[in-house]
Amino acid sequence: MANTIKVRAKLAGDVTTVKALVSHPMDTGLVKDKKTGKVIPAHFIQEVTCEHNGNVVLTALWGVAISKNPYLSFQFKGAKVGDKLALRWVDNKGESDSGETVID
Amino acid sequence: MTNMKRRTLLKGTLAASAVGMAIGAGLLTPRAVLAAWPKDAFEAKSVDAVVNGLFGSSELEGNDKIKIKVPDIAENGAVVPVSVEVEMDGVEAISIVAEKNATPLTSSYNLGPNTEPFVATRIKLGQTSSVIAVVKAGGKLYSTGKEVKVTIGGCGG
Repeated sequence: MANTIKVRAKLAGDVTTVKALVSHPMDTGLVKDKKTGKVIPAHFIQEVTCEHNGNVVLTALWGVAISKNPYLSFQFKGAKVGDKLALRWVDNKGESDSGETVID
Repeated sequence: MTNMKRRTLLKGTLAASAVGMAIGAGLLTPRAVLAAWPKDAFEAKSVDAVVNGLFGSSELEGNDKIKIKVPDIAENGAVVPVSVEVEMDGVEAISIVAEKNATPLTSSYNLGPNTEPFVATRIKLGQTSSVIAVVKAGGKLYSTGKEVKVTIGGCGG
């Protein structure tokens, strides 16, 4: 899958702020395709895992009510500039993608 | 122990820990991770059932240390920005619940030990509704909610 993750992580003082934008339809399974009249099946990210230095800093469990092209922001302590932050998502169809950024 | 048995044992232990590390690093596709998606909580139709499904209890204490930021009026119910910040120590999890959505649980966040009790995202609201942040801290559950007026519902149809 093409890279669907844009993630930035900025250190200010001792807190790293992470902002991520993921390309994903987050289809609820409740909407009908106007042309075919058929329900568009649910297709949504279920889990997002963020890791720093091999430690999971956040696990986000998502449902269909997270907006299309989901945005996520969170903060954690204990990182240094130059550290890597990895983000991975898995959706209800078993598709996944991962991305990395360097903390600056 | 004979040499061969000791070698097999050590190899087995190393392999197991290597697998463990690989799963931790996200390099393996972890079935176990997907199994952790709380289906009952996400399919629950009431706030009580959501909280029970997530935390095994629905005893919530109101709390003014949970700061929830949502717009008073949502221009677009499909994209409602929400942020939750908690002025407490020991926060383990934050959940965002949209009271009037058919399935109220939008998302739940499990925080690592060094993770700040703050999360922001964008959610869909089907209609005017309270957005409730449920926080698990120190083994107890707290919550605060704010109402968002929605003019055009965000769940489609």
